[in-house]
Amino acid sequence: MRDYPGTRQTFIEMDTIPENGKGIPVDHNKIVAEKVSAFFGKVQAIRDIQINIPENSIVAIIGPSGCGKSTFLRSINRMHELIHGTRVTGKILLDGEDVYSLDPVLIRKKIGMVFQKPNPFPTMSIFDNVAAGLRMGGTHDRKNIAEVVERSLQQAALWSEVKDSLSKSGVGLSGGQQQRLCIARALAVNPEVLLMDEPASALDPIATAKIEELLFELKKRYTIVIVTHNMQQAARVSDYTAFFYMGELIEYDITKKIFTAPSIKQTEDYVTGRFG
Amino acid sequence: MKEPKRLKRMDNYRFHFRKLTSLFMFTLCGVSVLIALVPLILIFYRTVAFGFSAINWDFFTQMPKPVGESGGGLANAIVGTMILVGLGSCMSLPVGIMAGIYLAEYGNNWFGQSVRFLTDVLNGVPSIVTGVVAYTVVVLPMKHFSAYAGGVALGILMIPTITRTTEEILKTVPHSLREAALALGIPRWKTSLQIVLRTAMSGVVTGILLAVARAAGETAPLLFTALNNRFWNTSMNQPMASLTVFIYNYAVSPFDDWIAQAWAGTFVLMTLILLLSLTVRFATRNKFAGNLL
Ligand SMILES: Nc1ncnc2c1ncn2[C@@H]1O[C@H](COP(=O)(O)OP(=O)(O)OP(=O)(O)O)[C@@H](O)[C@H]1O
Ligand SMILES: [Mg+2]
Repeated sequence: MRDYPGTRQTFIEMDTIPENGKGIPVDHNKIVAEKVSAFFGKVQAIRDIQINIPENSIVAIIGPSGCGKSTFLRSINRMHELIHGTRVTGKILLDGEDVYSLDPVLIRKKIGMVFQKPNPFPTMSIFDNVAAGLRMGGTHDRKNIAEVVERSLQQAALWSEVKDSLSKSGVGLSGGQQQRLCIARALAVNPEVLLMDEPASALDPIATAKIEELLFELKKRYTIVIVTHNMQQAARVSDYTAFFYMGELIEYDITKKIFTAPSIKQTEDYVTGRFG
Repeated sequence: MKEPKRLKRMDNYRFHFRKLTSLFMFTLCGVSVLIALVPLILIFYRTVAFGFSAINWDFFTQMPKPVGESGGGLANAIVGTMILVGLGSCMSLPVGIMAGIYLAEYGNNWFGQSVRFLTDVLNGVPSIVTGVVAYTVVVLPMKHFSAYAGGVALGILMIPTITRTTEEILKTVPHSLREAALALGIPRWKTSLQIVLRTAMSGVVTGILLAVARAAGETAPLLFTALNNRFWNTSMNQPMASLTVFIYNYAVSPFDDWIAQAWAGTFVLMTLILLLSLTVRFATRNKFAGNLL
């Protein structure tokens, strides 16, 4: 791994309050990635990624298309290995435990994911969509499920819009509503971490603003990693920003620093729009 | 902004040309649909026209009369066909659906490839050969013809159709849905059964109905398995009547009333399959089917 000053110094000052976002003091690394590489067959998509993700923070991952952002995200919750012929090397620790030594089903319950394109289950109602994870995880107590569904939809800022049409189809909603439904669905299984892969890229500015607002609420309870192509979005919502380029982590620091005084030329070029 | 006149004329010409092409292709499609429907309409017309005289209450409630006596019905054959197809379905539905799920969800390896190939081979085996197989493995050991043997023959016939259609339909379910489910921490087998299969249910049901319809219309595999039976029988251990075998026997007979009954039997068989399709579709329809595949 190349040594970039930014990567090394980043979490030495672990317990400082992030300047960006009215954050919570950081005292614990929720996720630690150690020399993580991921492969598609012989092609290496990410190389020796080293990153600490503090609890209750929002970490944005930025970088040009094809630089391995999605691949890294999918390595964290072990979705990467579902593709035929892929593998991951290195270590990813969740609360100090190696996710690759645990049951993937358990890991995915603890680390929820929201995808770029909203993907509600088409044969299910809004209610059933949110309840799906619970029911198939073995919860059958109706009262409990109803409570969790309501709470999740409220957390996803969708409750007021759908509370009278819970039995209607989930795909009948607008794109932005569908995405919030997917967020609610992910929240319903009570994860600790939320991975979001360009969750707002298919949405209009108003729906995007809603999702961003939501993120501030969510980070009180969850740790969030969000991939975005939108610099303003990364600057607005995240506490820390990681810049990926050609499969490597170039720089990782407090968001404000990345956008105002990055230590590496490539980062500066990218955030100022000179390439990428 | 003034466009050159020639360019405009050119555009106009292209526009009309495209419109004409579109109209031509549309007509072509419409005509093809009609051609495809012609045989169906002809068959329906003839079965009704020729069998109508034999379709009455007795046809559904009476047993076949001995040679020479007129009247009677094919009640035993109607019930027999239902039992035989039911037996075949009991055998082929679980196997076919589960094999289809395996191939679609986990069959991306040499074993899956071999199963897929063998299933296609089995699909191409003439149905009379399936009958011989059932004769060898069921009739010979039991030393007599039986409904069980007929059921096995039909079941073997149905398995490849159900397997392959189930697989093809499940493969049309977007990958993103599987990922969505797995990312929720839903185990893979539950994802396959409760998300993927559920999403594709209407398509899978269509495949099953095709297989059932085909089995209900089979004669050859029943000839030396379930044989035939002129009497009322619901014991699966005994030879059993079926509409198709009766149609086969009656159609080649020299008696006019038997021939009419053969036509009536054909009509009833077609109607039964139609009713079954409608009922199953109605029963398994999804509220949100409009949003489906
Ligand atoms: N299914 C796949 N098979 C083979 N290679 C793949 C596959 N998916 C991605 N890759 C490769 O891995 C690299 C990283 O892809 P990834 O999807 O992680 O990029 P990304 O940063 O998320 O890009 P984008 O911003 O466009 O989403 C790319 O170079 C791509 O070619
Ligand atoms: Mg991506």
